[in-house]
Amino acid sequence: MIAIAYGWPDVLVFATAALLIVVGALGVIATRHPVHAALSLIMTLFGVAVAFVAQSADFLAAVEIIVYAGAIVVLFLFVIMFLGVDRDEGTRIEPLVGQRTLAALGAVITVAGLITLMARSHWVTGATSVSTAGVPLAHGSGNVRQLGTAVFTTYLFAFEATAALLIIAVVGAVVLARREQRRDAEDEATSSPSDAPTDLEGSER
Amino acid sequence: MNVPAAWYLVLGAVLFGIGAFGVLTRRSALIMFMCIELMLNAVTLTFVTFARTLSDVGGQATVFFIMVVAAAEVTVGLGIVVAIFRRRASTSVDELSEMKG
Repeated sequence: MIAIAYGWPDVLVFATAALLIVVGALGVIATRHPVHAALSLIMTLFGVAVAFVAQSADFLAAVEIIVYAGAIVVLFLFVIMFLGVDRDEGTRIEPLVGQRTLAALGAVITVAGLITLMARSHWVTGATSVSTAGVPLAHGSGNVRQLGTAVFTTYLFAFEATAALLIIAVVGAVVLARREQRRDAEDEATSSPSDAPTDLEGSER
Repeated sequence: MNVPAAWYLVLGAVLFGIGAFGVLTRRSALIMFMCIELMLNAVTLTFVTFARTLSDVGGQATVFFIMVVAAAEVTVGLGIVVAIFRRRASTSVDELSEMKG
């Protein structure tokens, strides 16, 4: 009945995207192994990309795959391998009593609140867009043209600000890595006594 | 005819809830970052859905900027995780309790 109302292809695409997204997200929070969590994250990201294509956001779907699945998840995997933490976290033990119950309760309340908000509010006001002057969103290369026009005219200042943000992030990451290395070298040279308590705590565990 | 926008909005809400549950329960800093990515993706999905519903490409432009900010956030966040791991040999957030009063 649902498929008759909306057409088989669209319902099938939505079902595929929903399945990929939900199964991948559950995999991220359920698997104990960080590498498996990263692979589940890739599954979710592909599902989100499918949902983007189904909603005429073709360019963003490509960016989702290239930037998220291609760069961010690879960065995650690189750090997992680099730190050698690809071992089980031990999710059986629960240090805080009732943490999972309370967290599940909070998540359910959040989702129920969001759905209630969406169901009760009239968010389609009939207002047309400023940037495209009410022209409907285009598929394919037309979407790239529309998005590019919006980014380089209406949102030009924000676009330039992201350039500064990326430079700051890169410099910050380099500084974080370098300063820590230098302090380690000093600690090894002088073996300052302030490190002793932390080492003791570490060995006690 | 496309499926109604409410389906995608509910999907985004569910994804956000799963990500929030993960942030609240997992103790590995790396997996908490992945759950934050899940929540960011839920928000981008909602933005794209509203962009389609309102025929406004501004929602998609916002998602573009969200992705840039997410990339910067992951870079700095993983840098901090690596820096902490060098000092503590652990990525568990339960062991970072020096600022407890």
